[in-house]
Amino acid sequence: MTALLQVQNVNIHYGDLQAIWDTSLDIPEDRIVSIIGANGAGKTTLLKAIAGALTPSSGKIIYRGREINGLKPHQILALGLSLVPEGRRIFPRLTVLENLLIGAYASKARRKRKQTLSSVYDLFPILAERANQLGTNLSGGEQQMLAIARSLMSDPEIILFDEVSLGLAPVVIKTIYQRLKEINRSGVTMVLVEQDIQRSLKTADYTFVMQKGQIVLQGMPGKLTEKEVKKAYFGI
Amino acid sequence: MEVFIQTLINGLLLGGIYAAVGIGLSMIFGIVRLVNLAHGDLMILSSYLILVITGSFGLNPYLSLAAVIPVMFIIGFIIQKYILNRVLGMGMEPPLIVAFGLSIILQNTLLLVFSPDAQSLETPLSIKSIPITETLSIPAIYFVGFLVGVAVILALQLFFQFTYLGRAIRAASDDDEAAQLMGINTGTTYAVAMGIAMITAAIAGALIGTTFTFFPHTGPTYLIISFGVVIIGGAGSMIGTLVGGFILGLAQLVGSHFFGSGYQLLFGYLILFIVLVIRPQGIFGRKERAA
Repeated sequence: MTALLQVQNVNIHYGDLQAIWDTSLDIPEDRIVSIIGANGAGKTTLLKAIAGALTPSSGKIIYRGREINGLKPHQILALGLSLVPEGRRIFPRLTVLENLLIGAYASKARRKRKQTLSSVYDLFPILAERANQLGTNLSGGEQQMLAIARSLMSDPEIILFDEVSLGLAPVVIKTIYQRLKEINRSGVTMVLVEQDIQRSLKTADYTFVMQKGQIVLQGMPGKLTEKEVKKAYFGI
Repeated sequence: MEVFIQTLINGLLLGGIYAAVGIGLSMIFGIVRLVNLAHGDLMILSSYLILVITGSFGLNPYLSLAAVIPVMFIIGFIIQKYILNRVLGMGMEPPLIVAFGLSIILQNTLLLVFSPDAQSLETPLSIKSIPITETLSIPAIYFVGFLVGVAVILALQLFFQFTYLGRAIRAASDDDEAAQLMGINTGTTYAVAMGIAMITAAIAGALIGTTFTFFPHTGPTYLIISFGVVIIGGAGSMIGTLVGGFILGLAQLVGSHFFGSGYQLLFGYLILFIVLVIRPQGIFGRKERAA
């Protein structure tokens, strides 16, 4: 199994504060990998660094055999790596359709935007109905769908999801997870950062548990015992 | 009565010119959240560039403008990309101080090169007027200014609404980090936005030069007019800038009609004051969300 994305011995600092300590992980192609951990464990920081929004102070991030740390977010996106940020980050003064079109801003994605748009509308029909409304007029669940759809518009090979279910109703979360599995089956590798341990373990092919800026446990969800996960998660 | 109607017509036409003067400041304030204190001086720089080309090649000022537009675009792009982008995200003051420094440098460079004499751009239109009735007429140069001002704002509105770049500029303005994650190089996007603002400055410089006289220190006068337009209309709103221009132009000329031309500026500021008290975000402005 070849790794699509490799993080090797990465350290990340915010000023004098170290958030990530010597972290390494491999993301295999076509799989769903989850990263779980308590608040402040460094999950978001790690995703931001992979997407280029933060620069690691040391270590390597390798995507398809190419070192990408130091590249700008728009360069990394053009290589096929997309991040769905925490809190959805819908552009408030843009309509749903405009938000989606911004997702296809990179020139390669822009050429096939019509085709991508229709497949995205098939996946989330509500977005077609609401195309001309402002993105912020949607409900929380619909906004999350928009954020996922906007990321798909860039025609990515791998998507990093940061807290995709945070603050949403269980029935909405269920729908979104069904869609995520469909997207994965169409050949998109996924990294899910989640606080919802149960759902995360149920969906993922492989799981990493982070605590205080380090990976403390990893394995296939079926092989990890609840006791091990709890211990790693809470550090007790 | 006829004199008053003439005043209203002139006020409206002047307002169109003011809209062109203010739109560049409004755009950059609304999008990059940057108060470009050098905006007035950059307009006057354009007036001088047009003057030079008109003088050297014997061209009509409006034709010279065609050559100055790309030059100003490049100047704007460079100023944003290599100077102002470095201080963005450091709070309100550093960009303000950099822009102020730019303003001082521009004024003194113009003074060195062109001397403090008043200049104007002459066109055959300057002395013509279009008669409506026996006593009412439209000064041709104001009419051109009005049409150009309205056209500039219409063109920008279409640009922001319907082009990929226009949408990207709006997205970057809404959420810089999210825009980067969507593949937008926001630094370059802001530079293009400033380049476009400088295209409007070049056009405004032509209107100022053909309608009024200018000298190296005229910039701040038009910066203040820009501020007036932006405060009345609301920053970042195209239609607001147009309406802001109209209101400021009308207020100045109506005030001067009733109380004498000495009160022209005072009435402009009075309207500004009223808008600030009643609707601080401007007539078409959006309330900033509480942080």
